[in-house]
Amino acid sequence: MSLFSFYANNSREALGLIWQHLYLVALSTGAAAVVGVPLGILLTRRPAWRSPVLGLANIFQTVPSLALFGILIPILGIGFWTAVSALVVYALLPIVRNTYTGVAGVDPAVREAGRGMGMTDGELLRLVELPLAASVILAGIRVATVVSVGVATIGAAIGAGGLGVYIFRGVAVVDDTLILAGAIPAALMALAADGALGLVERRLQWRR
Amino acid sequence: MKAVLEVRGLGFRLPGDRGGGDQETGIGRQLVQDVSFSVGAGETLVLLGRSGSGKTTTLKLINRLLEPTAGHVVIAGERAAAVEPTRWRRRIGYVIQEVGLFPHFTVGENVALVPRLEGWSATRIAARVRDLLGLVGLDADTFIGRYPHQLSGGQRQRVGVARALAADPPLLLLDEPFGALDPISRVELQREFRGLEGRLGKGMVFVTHDVREGLLLGTRIGLMHGGRLVFLGTPQEFERADHPEAVAFMRAADPV
Repeated sequence: MSLFSFYANNSREALGLIWQHLYLVALSTGAAAVVGVPLGILLTRRPAWRSPVLGLANIFQTVPSLALFGILIPILGIGFWTAVSALVVYALLPIVRNTYTGVAGVDPAVREAGRGMGMTDGELLRLVELPLAASVILAGIRVATVVSVGVATIGAAIGAGGLGVYIFRGVAVVDDTLILAGAIPAALMALAADGALGLVERRLQWRR
Repeated sequence: MKAVLEVRGLGFRLPGDRGGGDQETGIGRQLVQDVSFSVGAGETLVLLGRSGSGKTTTLKLINRLLEPTAGHVVIAGERAAAVEPTRWRRRIGYVIQEVGLFPHFTVGENVALVPRLEGWSATRIAARVRDLLGLVGLDADTFIGRYPHQLSGGQRQRVGVARALAADPPLLLLDEPFGALDPISRVELQREFRGLEGRLGKGMVFVTHDVREGLLLGTRIGLMHGGRLVFLGTPQEFERADHPEAVAFMRAADPV
């Protein structure tokens, strides 16, 4: 059976899985950004916390994704929210690290001038540090999004749905068309996210 | 003459409890000790000294980027301790060698920053920015919309001075403002700065290690050595001073 006729015969299910996949990625990357950006900023204010926090995030990153899903099942059970939790853990490191790098990388002379002129810490962050770090922070979110699209396929193994459903089903019944039916849209989704966020990232870059 | 700035018994010791201080690590080291002086309106006090003599630290103690461990600072009759640090700093213009212009702001936005934070009206800010750019010798129409990366080093520092003057502070602190410029721009800015000093009528503290610059721009010279103010007097008095550090500086200014 060709890929096209497969989609033609299963369009409702396929669109449902694509939507589910998008939702998994958007929700988890969004949550990771909401937690990760402030955490990254906090690390620039508390240098002593940097090594332990980034170290811990690094360790999480090295746990194989299937194993992480396995570890989370006894705690959170199976299903959608377990997958979201695992994806948040994966997305955190690039976002926290890039936020820290971007904000810490602001020219110390610019920071000293700002403080010397009487800017409060909040004003310095809002008007100077975050705008200057924006493209680096967004680069972290972009990496996190692309990784999430891939890792989210494994969510199907714990009943979270998404395009992994076709892949796992295809592997189980040894059907290449079924595997491709899940893998190709996931790959396109990753490329599209990479391209779109890359465009935004370039818009945010300031001229030197 | 009414003092704009008064500094009394100012001292700063790095954190750490070892009595004598640890020279290796700097823990507990005394960087500034018992520094006192006052600066009147229209007066420029040049703090002269070698690297590490405590002149930059003294400036940072005045605008409270560092908190003094001894003594106190008074500006226009008000004690530093009575004012919140960010409010305190808005009364003091601050110019540093690296300039530190905000690279994502235009020249106009850079100069407008403190008035904007102080909540001035847009028309008042616009007029002020044009006045200030004119004052530092930059054509407002040409430069107001440019970004710092499009300027030469000398132009950048002119913007730095305009930005420091924006909210009309009574006191200006300058930390080797012309130190990173090429010799031609440096002399040009020094000459213009000399003209500005009289016109502005502000109190200024100007840090430099260049004795010629100090003699040219200072109404008084304060010589710092090992964290202490070892000489304070007019440029003419400085040239005749017999403190060994003053003699060393004069000899360095006039080799042969």
